[in-house]
Amino acid sequence: MTEPQPHEIPREIDRSHMQVSDEVAIEIASMNKWFGSFHVLRDINMSVNRGERIVICGPSGSGKSTLIRCINRLEEHQSGRIVVDGTELTSDVKNIDKVRSEVGMVFQHFNLFPHLTILENCTLAPIWVRKIPKKDAEETAMHFLEKVKIPEQALKYPGQLSGGQQQRVAIARSLCMRPRIMLFDEPTSALDPEMIKEVLDTMISLAEDGMTMLVVTHEMGFAQAVANRVVFMDQGQIVEQNEPKAFFNNPQSDRTKLFLSQILGH
Amino acid sequence: MAQEYSYVRTEMLPEQEPPSNAIGALVWVRENLFSGPLNTILTLASIAVVWWIVSHMSGWFLNSVWQAGSLAECREILDGATGACFAVITDRWEQLLYGFYPSEFYWRPNLTLLLMLVALAPVLFPGVPRRLFWFSAVYPAIGFWLLWGGSIWPPLVVLAAFPVAFVVYRLLEPVNGILAAVAALVAPVLWWFLFAAPIGGALAAILPGTLEPVASDLFGGFMLSIIIGVTGIALSLPLGILLALGRQSDLIFIKTICVGFIEFIRGVPLITLLFTASLLLNYFLPPGTNFDIILRVVIMVTFFAAAYMAEVIRGGLAALPRGQYEAADALGLDYWRAQRLIILPQALKISIPGIVNTFIGLFKDTTLVVFIGLLDPIGLSNAIRATTEWNGVYWELFVFIGLCFFIFCFGMSRYSMYLERRLKTDHR
Repeated sequence: MTEPQPHEIPREIDRSHMQVSDEVAIEIASMNKWFGSFHVLRDINMSVNRGERIVICGPSGSGKSTLIRCINRLEEHQSGRIVVDGTELTSDVKNIDKVRSEVGMVFQHFNLFPHLTILENCTLAPIWVRKIPKKDAEETAMHFLEKVKIPEQALKYPGQLSGGQQQRVAIARSLCMRPRIMLFDEPTSALDPEMIKEVLDTMISLAEDGMTMLVVTHEMGFAQAVANRVVFMDQGQIVEQNEPKAFFNNPQSDRTKLFLSQILGH
Repeated sequence: MAQEYSYVRTEMLPEQEPPSNAIGALVWVRENLFSGPLNTILTLASIAVVWWIVSHMSGWFLNSVWQAGSLAECREILDGATGACFAVITDRWEQLLYGFYPSEFYWRPNLTLLLMLVALAPVLFPGVPRRLFWFSAVYPAIGFWLLWGGSIWPPLVVLAAFPVAFVVYRLLEPVNGILAAVAALVAPVLWWFLFAAPIGGALAAILPGTLEPVASDLFGGFMLSIIIGVTGIALSLPLGILLALGRQSDLIFIKTICVGFIEFIRGVPLITLLFTASLLLNYFLPPGTNFDIILRVVIMVTFFAAAYMAEVIRGGLAALPRGQYEAADALGLDYWRAQRLIILPQALKISIPGIVNTFIGLFKDTTLVVFIGLLDPIGLSNAIRATTEWNGVYWELFVFIGLCFFIFCFGMSRYSMYLERRLKTDHR
């Protein structure tokens, strides 16, 4: 909403690996969630196949962040089912930890660990959760830091990096756990305009590798170029979902039309 | 006439040295001491006050007498002039340091202190080889043995409860996490009450390793302050961390216990706890148990400091952004790993000033043990004054005691500043 114009997508996208398979990665069935007595998520039904790139958008307070935070149980749902990679999320801590180590998450405010170097940020979870030897973990970390194009910053602390660099480190940190699904919670909302592009670029190359992605974002340019499905939420409900072309050119619901007219500034 | 705003720079300016009237000592003096009329008046007034204090006190220090057998002799030497009688320190410094510890065994507390520095080194400084931690781990038993004497085995066996608890936890963890935690808490208690005495006795029979025992009532002076202070510091930090975490726990039972403990201990004066330790505890303990008075005091001082520590650390925990907890969770770290690797390093770093504040307070509060009849430096100063030779000496003893405390506390303060600098990674 702060951005009247969607960001241009900087380059050609290689779609050869972007394939949606029949395998279900996430299954959400009649899921409801309340904060106290406030009904934030209402009867959410959604199925995500492996390889899908879903952009979730909607006005603030519509529950889109809460929805993806339910998928790795940063928020607890009160009714319905969420099944991630065949593991149902219940209060069983073992299942929660299993899902969390399979699902990567990137936050709006990066949430890097400021007391650890970039490299240590990336190796911490592989070493302590996956029990990978330190040397191998560091190799993996360097591989992904190269992928997000900041290997030379490996020994610095997060505070020494720009916002865009920090967010790319956060992406690399998630990738080091070799997740099968990535969740992005407004990854570019806290960034200056010139840094948004570099983060989007990183996310695009992730999509090109065939990663299953759920992205909460206002970057409609990204949605148009990368997503295979756009989900529009309002008042805790899924109001409309469609493939990007149809979603943007021919929205059905009045709420969607209103939202698009506001966000695209036409 | 329309103004012309259009401008294009064709050449970028190079960097230049600052002008000479912007740097140098004189500039510093002018800017910081005499920058304006008010600043100038304050500077001059401060100089006058400092001069007044120094000129009045210097005579007392400069005329001081260091060699004399009694206060009367001191006065004779001074012959009416103002001067300190530091001869009391020369005469009685051993007592101020060791209390009534037998003088032929002074090497034992000395060695204990030396080994303490070795044991602390890996904890305090990062450059020290990590293997020294093993020494730090067994040091409590060695220190206890050196100071109190007797066989080395009982303290070692008591200390062995911790590895026992660890092994129990590791064995049961795959079965059930909560069961393992409970067992790890129960195991050391069982170990102490059921196995420690027979095993210690058996080992002592095989290999004695015995030192001449020294009773607790002979302990005194700075030795006593350091024993209580250092043990209290070393124990109150982990206990305070556990209490702070417990206070934040979702488990209502643990939370209630921790809040109750913290609020009760903080709400009671330390001196009350010390009286409880010296008098009341005997009523509650089974008859016939003789619970060492220094041990009782250490426990009370530890509880007291831990309650404060818990609140200081809670402040640090509360200062951490929620995102840090969420990022740790999202990476699949379990509660204890998240605490150990992500949350506590940052929360403790934030809390360093408050933690050291509590340490310094604890160390100085050890002088309160004088009220329950232990001979800390203050208690000894009373004892020294009670002799005919030194009846009437106040200032010199207190100056000396104050100076010693100052050195310790200033050292802690400096170390904390060093630690803050070393851990500073946020580059704000």
